[in-house]
Amino acid sequence: MKWLMVAAIVGCTTISDLLQSHEMKRHGEIHEFQPGRWGRVMAGALQRRYLILSFVFMALSFFALLTLLSIADLSFAVPATAASFVVETVLAKLLLKERLNWRRWAGAGLVACGVALVSM
Amino acid sequence: MSWDGPPVKLRIWLLTIVVILSNVLGNLALKLGMDHATEELSILGLIKTVFTPFVLLGIGLLVFWVLTRLTLLSLADLSFVLPVTAVGYILTAFIGKYLLSENISTERWAGTLFIVAGTALVGSTYPKTTQPDRGTAS
Repeated sequence: MKWLMVAAIVGCTTISDLLQSHEMKRHGEIHEFQPGRWGRVMAGALQRRYLILSFVFMALSFFALLTLLSIADLSFAVPATAASFVVETVLAKLLLKERLNWRRWAGAGLVACGVALVSM
Repeated sequence: MSWDGPPVKLRIWLLTIVVILSNVLGNLALKLGMDHATEELSILGLIKTVFTPFVLLGIGLLVFWVLTRLTLLSLADLSFVLPVTAVGYILTAFIGKYLLSENISTERWAGTLFIVAGTALVGSTYPKTTQPDRGTAS
């Protein structure tokens, strides 16, 4: 059950982040930072269907985390879900076509290890 | 849109700081709100807890975090955003430890160094390696 929840968290977080990144790439760069204008730009962006879908997966990930925390320690939950850093980096290359050099690969690996250690 | 020159990079880093701080402070506010919650564990109690000042502040900050992170994702790659915003894990851990007045373990110091090194490596790369399919934002 614990590992099923870990898989659910990693899977839902990954899908949510990929959908958000994909949709924001399609939306185009946002360079508007005056509060009113930024709010209007974001209100328009939030109507995109993949972003709405990403929030569903974000919510599923949150509920899976709550379930995991009810059956496992925080010191297990957070390090186990740090795997999403590596999974998402791989999928960012494969699905989002991001060009990754050795520094990004190494950085993602180091951060995943670091998050696991900090959460112990 | 041009990606050369410091203004855009500076903008990305400033936005990264805002994303990190809104997430860390939002989680902290939620924790403080839940610690001070006096309602019983029921649906009604949970709803009453949501409308307490700290929990409302936490929810507001986390909504702001989602919106600023989406803005950051419009300017930078996912493989860039994920590692550089992981600094929040360090801040969260240190704030938690500070509030609980506990010692910081060797593992935590090691983890901090790993995250700093990983963030520095990724931060030294170009933030965006893809072009948008179509630009619609200002």
